[in-house]
Amino acid sequence: MLEIENVSRVFPARQGMFGKTEGVRALHEVSLSVRKGESFGLVGESGSGKTTLTRQILRLDTPTSGRILFEGEDMARLSPAALRALRAKVQIVFQDPYASLNPRMSVHDIVTEPMLIHRATLGLNRQQRTDRAAELLELVGLGPQHLYRHPHEFSGGQRQRICIARALAPGPSLVLLDEPTSALDVSVQAQVLNLLIELQQRLGLTYFFISHDLGVIRYICDRVALIYRGEIKEQGETQRLFDAPDSDYTRSLLAAMPPDIRRVGRQ
Amino acid sequence: MTDVSQDSRRSARAEASRRAFYRFRQSRLSMVGATMVAVVLFFTLFGNLLAPYPEHVRGGLNTAERFQAPSLAHPFGTNELGQDVLSLVMAGTPVSVAAGFAVVLIGTVLGVVVGALAGFNGGWIDDVLMRFSDLMLTIPSLILAMAVAAALGPGFVNMIIAIALSWWPGYARLVRGEVLQAREEVYVAAARAIGASPARVLFRHILPNIVSPVIVKMSLDMGFAILTVAALGFIGIGVRPPTPEWGTLLSIARNYMPDFWWTAVFPGLAMFLAVFGFNLLGDGLRDVLDPRARR
Amino acid sequence: MSALLDIRDLHLSMHSFEGAAKVLAGVSLSVEKRQIWGLVGETGCGKSLTGLSVSRLVRTPPAEYTGGQILLDGTDVLGLSEPQMRALRGRRVGMIFQDPTTNLNPAFRIGTQLIDVALAAARHDPSILGLDARAGRRARKAAARKLAINMLTEVGIPAAESRLDDYPHQFSGGMRQRVLIAMALIGRPGLLIADEPTTALDVSVQAQILTLLKQMVAAHDMGVVLITHNLGVVAQTCTHVAVMYAGTIVEKGPIAEVLADPAHPYTQALLRAIPDRSVARGQLQGLAGSVPNLIHPPPGCRFAPRCALARPSCLEGPPPLHTRAAGHEVACPVVEELQHA
Repeated sequence: MLEIENVSRVFPARQGMFGKTEGVRALHEVSLSVRKGESFGLVGESGSGKTTLTRQILRLDTPTSGRILFEGEDMARLSPAALRALRAKVQIVFQDPYASLNPRMSVHDIVTEPMLIHRATLGLNRQQRTDRAAELLELVGLGPQHLYRHPHEFSGGQRQRICIARALAPGPSLVLLDEPTSALDVSVQAQVLNLLIELQQRLGLTYFFISHDLGVIRYICDRVALIYRGEIKEQGETQRLFDAPDSDYTRSLLAAMPPDIRRVGRQ
Repeated sequence: MTDVSQDSRRSARAEASRRAFYRFRQSRLSMVGATMVAVVLFFTLFGNLLAPYPEHVRGGLNTAERFQAPSLAHPFGTNELGQDVLSLVMAGTPVSVAAGFAVVLIGTVLGVVVGALAGFNGGWIDDVLMRFSDLMLTIPSLILAMAVAAALGPGFVNMIIAIALSWWPGYARLVRGEVLQAREEVYVAAARAIGASPARVLFRHILPNIVSPVIVKMSLDMGFAILTVAALGFIGIGVRPPTPEWGTLLSIARNYMPDFWWTAVFPGLAMFLAVFGFNLLGDGLRDVLDPRARR
Repeated sequence: MSALLDIRDLHLSMHSFEGAAKVLAGVSLSVEKRQIWGLVGETGCGKSLTGLSVSRLVRTPPAEYTGGQILLDGTDVLGLSEPQMRALRGRRVGMIFQDPTTNLNPAFRIGTQLIDVALAAARHDPSILGLDARAGRRARKAAARKLAINMLTEVGIPAAESRLDDYPHQFSGGMRQRVLIAMALIGRPGLLIADEPTTALDVSVQAQILTLLKQMVAAHDMGVVLITHNLGVVAQTCTHVAVMYAGTIVEKGPIAEVLADPAHPYTQALLRAIPDRSVARGQLQGLAGSVPNLIHPPPGCRFAPRCALARPSCLEGPPPLHTRAAGHEVACPVVEELQHA
């Protein structure tokens, strides 16, 4: 579904007043493949290159070398029209539900906007878009009565549901989830994670799940890759990686994890 | 279902405005400002109609009653032509306020266009536009206005154009800064990720979110624009008598100070009221619209 | 012996457009030396307000203390004047906050900032610098500098002396949090309040900072209130835990007790929501419903509207605290009753 082949991204040296700074190597020879219908986890600490990689997949940025294939097609070679159509197929949910919704827009406008932008591909008229927005709200567990409210009237969990509805609006097959629950409370996080699992089963979505929270990754992902300073340190089946890590980096990361709550209790 | 959502949309709006009003009310000064502005706007609309001596507004004289001190018949006294100062001040309100508002509006439109283009595109467009507006900022507005007046001739419209030309760079800078900031918001990235075009990003996601600081600046600027209009009237390149205008009134009255103080004090007071009111209102609006600037 | 910190039945209202929100309703917590209390709860439960109240850093108005006491070494801080309070801050209570970037002034070298804090603390207690009160300015400054170096070394910053001249941006996130800990401890406070100190940090750095916190407690005989939303962090660090919900403490006690035998339905729900090794996909349980409106809170137990065990009696009055085991208290009579039935 998504093939990332030897992708590197070097931010060029800046020529400042005080001479040249060295180029920053944000990604180095990253190769991953995400299979259709799975949840693929990408774990890394801040500055590890997670965000840069997401930007490459969304084509908000271009790799310095390497290529990214989506459903077998090289994204860099797509025509502008094909790229626009592809934008509908790859969607993203951001970390901070408080910042990722335009405060001036109603939920209706937020959720219908992708359908409006991709109306050429989707072919929905105004009324159909509104109806679909209501359906989507229902799907993510918010009633259609919220359609004309504004983001500030919602809690963090509800906002994240709105973000998910927006991401689902153009009918994507791949959804990038960039730390979708790390700004949420645990009880809300659990709800959102379960919603994501349910949506995946119902709609046959593929998830690319980015997180620094190993507990969440273990809960939701089939396979996982660890990225450190722009390089993939280890990747494999989630269960295997947690039980028998190959690399020292994975081991140190697992050691730093807070202990299992239930186990602390049992001691 | 649709009815329910329409209803909830309306009640949400009402709720939001009630909340804003509550925040506004928290500050007594902004309420004072709002009241003063309301008075000024009232006279803007009805000053001409309510003037007790409408014939004086149109230029009629009554030399028999020159320089009468304030009395019941003439609460603000009369001037060197025997005209009722109260009538002139009231009738001068629409001229001053309209001129001030026109200046601010033109300045805002120009400034928003330039600032948004510069901030959103960046690169050389930004450099060119901003250096140009910097250049405009270095020219003192009064001198620019005098030059325009000299080139186009004095008069109401020319005066407005002249002041507006020196007015927009302030807005351009403000808007550019706000756009640069808004461009980095996550919801802007989200809009780009769903495939929104640059125009859509700018008009739907960035501009609506920078309206508040612009409105605040407009309100704060209103007072200053009125002052500038009056200043041009004062030096004689703005509105021409007999059209009553505060600056012109003040300019003529200057010759009869301090003996006939009322001819100068009352137009000055009107100006003070308008300028101070708009400034207080602007501060109050900032509290309501721009939570970041609140203490 | 009196406790280091004794919060007794604290009530706090927050006034706003909508009305007065009863954001703290009868919070009681007692912290002794060498205890690390984890104060956990979700957004808006009042855990940060409780912490800020101890240093009296909550602005009044809009807030208003409507009852209770906060005894710090036996003195009620709610009765102190602002100048008296300033003398306490940093010296009797130290505070660290979530974001280490915003709590250091980017314009000053960290040495300057540490020395300032040391000198300010020494104004109230000259013994901090190890000098007597008559020491000159120069001597005090030198002593403050030495103290700053010692503190930085103690919190694990290598080559501390040479780093005094560095600016905050030259430190990594974890190192900055260490600097903030050094700054909080420089006045030798008996009590440290740490509000989400590791939330902005990566897991591996988080583990280091938590370890450092534990070392500091042992070395300085301090008490700590660690405010966090992360039960994992509590399990990793704390000796005791207090679980807050909507302005009340629903359960508190020694960490092992509470985690082994979580009694309050809310504590249980919170634990069930944590993705853990033992939870299969889709089996995590969120908590239905939402936090109550604190302007018109439910009468009685504030968790009752979301509670599976709730019965009419729960809404009659604030639930009494039951002692379950030594020091383990639960504000839910229903659980107790069911247990004994």
